[in-house]
Amino acid sequence: MQQKSNDEIHWKRTRNLMFAHLAVWFFFGYIIHMFVRQLNTITVPYLGFPLGFYMAAQGSLIVFVVMLFVFARQQDKIDRDHGVAEDD
Amino acid sequence: MATQSAERSDFIKNLGRLYGIYTGGFLAFIVLVALLEMVGVPNKVLGYLFVFFTLAVYAVIGVATRTAQVSEYYVAGRRVPAFYNGMATGADWMSAASFVGMAGTLFLFGYDGIAWVLGWTGGFVLVSILVGPYLRKFGAYTVPDFMSFRFGGNFTRFLAVVVLVCCSFTYVTAQIYGTGLIASRFLGMQFEIAVFAGLVGILLCAMLGGMRAVTWTQIAQYIVLIVAYLTPIIILSTKKYGLPIPEITYGQAIADITAREQEMLRTGLATAASLKPHIEPFINYSPLNFFGIIFCMMVGTASLPHILMRYFTTPSVREARQSVAWSLLFIFLLYFSAPAYAAFSKLEVYTNIIGRDLGQLRPWLFTWGELGLIQICGKNATTLADVAAACKAIAGHPGVVRLQDFVINTDVIVLSTPEIAGLPYVISGLVAAGGLAAALSTADGLLLAIANALSHDIYYKMLDPNAPAIRRLTVARILLFFVAVAAAATAATKPSDILAMVGWAFSLAMAGNFPALVLGIWWKRATSAGAVCGIIAGFGLCLFYLVCTRYFPGAGVAYFGMTSLYNPVTGAPIVDIAKAMALPNAMEHWPTLAHPLANKVGWFGLNNINCGLLGMPLGFLVIYVVSLMTKEPSKEMQAFVDEIRKPRGQTILEEKA
Repeated sequence: MQQKSNDEIHWKRTRNLMFAHLAVWFFFGYIIHMFVRQLNTITVPYLGFPLGFYMAAQGSLIVFVVMLFVFARQQDKIDRDHGVAEDD
Repeated sequence: MATQSAERSDFIKNLGRLYGIYTGGFLAFIVLVALLEMVGVPNKVLGYLFVFFTLAVYAVIGVATRTAQVSEYYVAGRRVPAFYNGMATGADWMSAASFVGMAGTLFLFGYDGIAWVLGWTGGFVLVSILVGPYLRKFGAYTVPDFMSFRFGGNFTRFLAVVVLVCCSFTYVTAQIYGTGLIASRFLGMQFEIAVFAGLVGILLCAMLGGMRAVTWTQIAQYIVLIVAYLTPIIILSTKKYGLPIPEITYGQAIADITAREQEMLRTGLATAASLKPHIEPFINYSPLNFFGIIFCMMVGTASLPHILMRYFTTPSVREARQSVAWSLLFIFLLYFSAPAYAAFSKLEVYTNIIGRDLGQLRPWLFTWGELGLIQICGKNATTLADVAAACKAIAGHPGVVRLQDFVINTDVIVLSTPEIAGLPYVISGLVAAGGLAAALSTADGLLLAIANALSHDIYYKMLDPNAPAIRRLTVARILLFFVAVAAAATAATKPSDILAMVGWAFSLAMAGNFPALVLGIWWKRATSAGAVCGIIAGFGLCLFYLVCTRYFPGAGVAYFGMTSLYNPVTGAPIVDIAKAMALPNAMEHWPTLAHPLANKVGWFGLNNINCGLLGMPLGFLVIYVVSLMTKEPSKEMQAFVDEIRKPRGQTILEEKA
């Protein structure tokens, strides 16, 4: 029984991590671009881009890259905490 | 065996050094060609040098790493380190559509084109979180392997193979079209012949060495394509703004474009109708289609078998996850530069071509005009005299090129930017080699996915489970050859532009694979009957919408209640349906793109690139409902799903060699 509940907690944490990352993904993939017209009234300092354009062309992409490296670390930590990670 | 694996690990350890030397050699080669250009070697010879040198290198790597071992052939022995697998995935992923097509679309559509950039990067988040690492733990050779195991039986396997072949074939057709375009322009071959010439290069790698050869070739191709993509815009950025980081300086270029747009309007070089402001959102795609493209490309990424199978090659689940992150980093390098490419290119066109006297047009333009890819005053720009005659026929033409006179095919922008900006020809040759690398690397991966599905899933698993390894690999190679020839024949008919063809592939993959993959991993209650019905319903609807709007638009209007798509600015229909339906060719089947209704009708104003948007939700719904109506999967199967969720332990599926 001990083993089983450990697996259940592991999966619950994995699932929560999934939802958290999907929320960030959804925000930067869609929500923020719905306000492109409003954001375009702001200019990015030094670079000169309209903010709405910048978020779609670069900002969101940077978020996605960083997110994936963070996700790989977080999921690995969860796996290790519950003893289901692979040996190094 | 022992010496062989020692050799292998030596090879892995030396990867950094090997590819370092390779990159240095490639840069030296570029310098050499530049020197040759300075001493007056003709452009055509330089073009040949670039194309044949790079092809030869890929062929050498392909031959040197060929293999006859089953696990090496299918998954490169599962020994590719995360970093290098990321690079190989980058090349596998970035196709002619990314390299040749995307910046062109950004050029033409401005902000709206960014939908493609967002969609093709954000999708990797879904790969890593929802699908990829779990499939790695499962230990399949192909995506249909997983489908058939999880949803029991050869019928599911067969359906998964159908989905795989449909989307990969559409995708590979676009790649071969791209190689044909490059070869015909830079080697001066006829388009139809160039298409088949491109094939030879593709087959050399994929046929001999399977996944292992393709992996090491793709890394070499990534290096070529990223150098080729960044070089011209780094030069332009330095020339214009004194800073060699185009991703930073193009904010200034965009401001200059906006200023030039105003100036052209004032001086009569453009009309308000012909000018589409670069940063204005939702004037080319309606918000529905804009967000639809983002969504379809993202979900399609997580469903494309040739991408998913790259993550079968890593040594562990942990490395599969890291590898997705590396992949996206390498892909990001090109994608966040693409809008810069488009901006620099647009600024050059607006200042170097628009407003230029007709007699002053430079000769490079006519080489594209002859291929029908640049038009001035409504006619292909083949010679100076033709252009002058065409423009003279327009009443009140001022004798300079106006914006509304100039039509450039989106697939030409990237390849011609060095010429538009007046850079040395060596840069043009380099860009051509890069485009070729992008198209070849993706075509390799796709053909391998198709051939593996046919040889492993259909031949070995369904027809002859006792076939010895050597015969399976022979069958794989023969099939590969026929699939490639069929794809080349399709490409020679020019079905659509590169980006649209690739978009279709994503939507098909998304509707067919995504619901079954995700629910198979994340929902233990999903049953075989549910998956079978879900794949048929979702994929079927998507395929129907695509084929009907592209090839049977008249029937779509007459029998299925389809209406015209809408103009995103005015909201008016883009074709007069009543008038078009009265034409004699209204009900024509398999029409060319010139047909008045082809690609212009649909439901809810939904572009057919987004057909996955209809199919995928239906797929989820059907799997959910049918699964609840059928008996829950066996305890054994549920235990297997639990196993997939834990990285530790053996892979579920163990193949005998």
